[in-house]
Amino acid sequence: MSKMISLTIDGVKVQVEEGTTVLEAARKANIRIPTLCFLEEINEIGACRMCVVETGARTLQASCVLKATEGMDVKTNTRRVRHARKAVLELILSNHDQQCLSCARSQSCELQRLAKELEVFDSHTYKGERTDYKVDDFSPSIVRDNNKCINCRRCVSTCFKKQAVGVIGPVGRGFTTSIESPWKMHLSETACIGCGQCIAACPVGALREKDESPLVWKLLHDPKKHVVVQTAPAVRAALGEEFGMPIGTNVTGKMVAALRRLGFDQVFDTDFAADLTIMEEATELVSRIQNNGVLPMITSCSPGWINFCETFYPEFIPNLSTCKSPHEMLGAIIKSYYAEKTGIATGDIAVVSVMPCTAKKNEADRPQLAALGVPDVDAVITTRELAKMIKSNGVDFVSLPDEEYDSLLGDSTGAATIFGATGGVMEAALRTAYETITGKTLENLDFHAVRGLKGIKEADVQIGDLTLRIAVAHSTANAKILLDSIKSGEKSYHFIEIMGCEGGCVNGGGQPIVTDETRARVDHRTLRAKALYTADAGSVRRKSHENPGIQRLYKEYLGTPNSQKAHHLLHTHYEKHSKYRQSV
Amino acid sequence: MVDRKEQFEALRNVINKHKDEKGALMPVMQEAQNIFGYLPQDVQIEIAEGLGITLSEVYGVATFYSQFALQPKGEHVISVCMGTACYVKGAQAVLDKLSESLGVAPGETTADGKFTLMATRCLGACGLAPVLTVGDDVHGRVIPDEIPSIIAKYES
Repeated sequence: MSKMISLTIDGVKVQVEEGTTVLEAARKANIRIPTLCFLEEINEIGACRMCVVETGARTLQASCVLKATEGMDVKTNTRRVRHARKAVLELILSNHDQQCLSCARSQSCELQRLAKELEVFDSHTYKGERTDYKVDDFSPSIVRDNNKCINCRRCVSTCFKKQAVGVIGPVGRGFTTSIESPWKMHLSETACIGCGQCIAACPVGALREKDESPLVWKLLHDPKKHVVVQTAPAVRAALGEEFGMPIGTNVTGKMVAALRRLGFDQVFDTDFAADLTIMEEATELVSRIQNNGVLPMITSCSPGWINFCETFYPEFIPNLSTCKSPHEMLGAIIKSYYAEKTGIATGDIAVVSVMPCTAKKNEADRPQLAALGVPDVDAVITTRELAKMIKSNGVDFVSLPDEEYDSLLGDSTGAATIFGATGGVMEAALRTAYETITGKTLENLDFHAVRGLKGIKEADVQIGDLTLRIAVAHSTANAKILLDSIKSGEKSYHFIEIMGCEGGCVNGGGQPIVTDETRARVDHRTLRAKALYTADAGSVRRKSHENPGIQRLYKEYLGTPNSQKAHHLLHTHYEKHSKYRQSV
Repeated sequence: MVDRKEQFEALRNVINKHKDEKGALMPVMQEAQNIFGYLPQDVQIEIAEGLGITLSEVYGVATFYSQFALQPKGEHVISVCMGTACYVKGAQAVLDKLSESLGVAPGETTADGKFTLMATRCLGACGLAPVLTVGDDVHGRVIPDEIPSIIAKYES
């Protein structure tokens, strides 16, 4: 236990551990200091000066980087402090487009909130030069609009530290500084993996997903199109937040009801395809182990991770499971099996995926994900875009009744539901692999070693005679550490799960925005994951191979896992990408 | 004609010399600029790969410091002093006239590679304001009308 320090903040005595910042100490005492560039553990640089406080020193101090000292007397809300904060905000606004009405982040914008709190009545106090930036919307996943950027660098730190990608950074100096890709490339020309964690980090609307809701509306209003929607496991654990429900509320039933109100012809569950993924992936793993195939096998559900692997670690491409990600599998099944069963022409079917993820947008554009000669998936919208569509359709989400998925491709198991949390795919695969290999019933279904937020989780799992060495990593920065340890020969495994985002899909780049202040109070990743694990624990069926819909699909259509037909529809291949895609 | 292969060989030696040092980026970039005259994209990529950092970091530093050039410099670099004394004595008009005569904005190089036009901070020759330098030559008390004759001197 480290040394304790006593200080006074606004007259309140606070005791904190040595090394604590004044901001942390204030939060502990429930004293709110406004912040803007600060993002806990990611961006702690004291740059924006929004969190300044008086300490008796000559100048105001940035509390996010100021360490608390014994006997310190801090004032967080004096006239001088308020004046300084307001001036900083007005200066930021002087070079901001202030187009709040049409901004994707209106009402979840930290700048907008602060302007209101600090009583900025005239947002044009400083009339000076304004920089006009071109909006970069060439990436299929992410749009960058520097006209709204406040240069806080939260996105830059996230891209560097959390994702080990680093394709954006401050360029230039002084007033002309802007956040750009090197050589002012479009994001699509860089090694960007499309994960969207920069969007989640952005306090304003300078980063947002490429909005595909206009396309989805067009499909829904086209009488010739049969529009089928599917929802990823993690969406149900977060969508409610957009409607004021507590973080971690499972809204599966209301979500299904809302999708019907929007006019989708069939509402299917990507969870069904998660079970299908497990059937294919567990079989692939067993086959690789038995036939001296390339090991470790690494999961392929996360397109952010796949992009990272193809660009930064192409030597691991042979290790990637050839399984398509679940929503792409379901797209291919809808356009083949479902089309045949219903007699609807493949070309008349449109598949819309609701995903917690922005990289899924770029994944859907991959030419190799078109089993029937047309894209497996026609449009991908994020959880945020779905919320926007529900609101714009006048649906009162909170008071909707719970409804069930459509039955043909709507069944799922608890194993599929936990795909949304880090370790979930591994756990689901282990449940099925165990029973496939040993032929015995698995008594304890909970693999606690692969759950939780530790960056890299390892375990040895006994399956019959085989000791299966497994690892789970989440966020591509952790993936990098794990892969480097394999490359150096320090570690070896049979099977690895990697998710591009920290915490897994529940914290994907397409999920509802959680501000830094909320993050300081609760861990949204844990709460959302808990909603999924609770659903799993309460499920009648908790093993993918017990899904009756999956059993029917193999019996009627696919034959066996990894059959030729399954390979054609459900598997894919990968390609090496250069880190530097464009030369100037 | 400079041999680019040899230049890259020299750059790799510089990178190897510095790569285990803390703060290696700046000295490597400075030496790279000495070798190539400027820092084009392939040079920046070589530095990023060699030091195990991102191109974003290299490019960020290259654009932060005005000593680093992203474009090749012309045969003659014309620097117009924009310090306080020169400015009040009409340096802006001199710069505008140069820009008009050469057909380039400050920071740019003419298409024929002859001239690079720069606006600089105080050159320390305030007594001669407004001042410009062409390479190592200093021209003092310049008026816009003189610009064509100054350019002509270096054109041949």
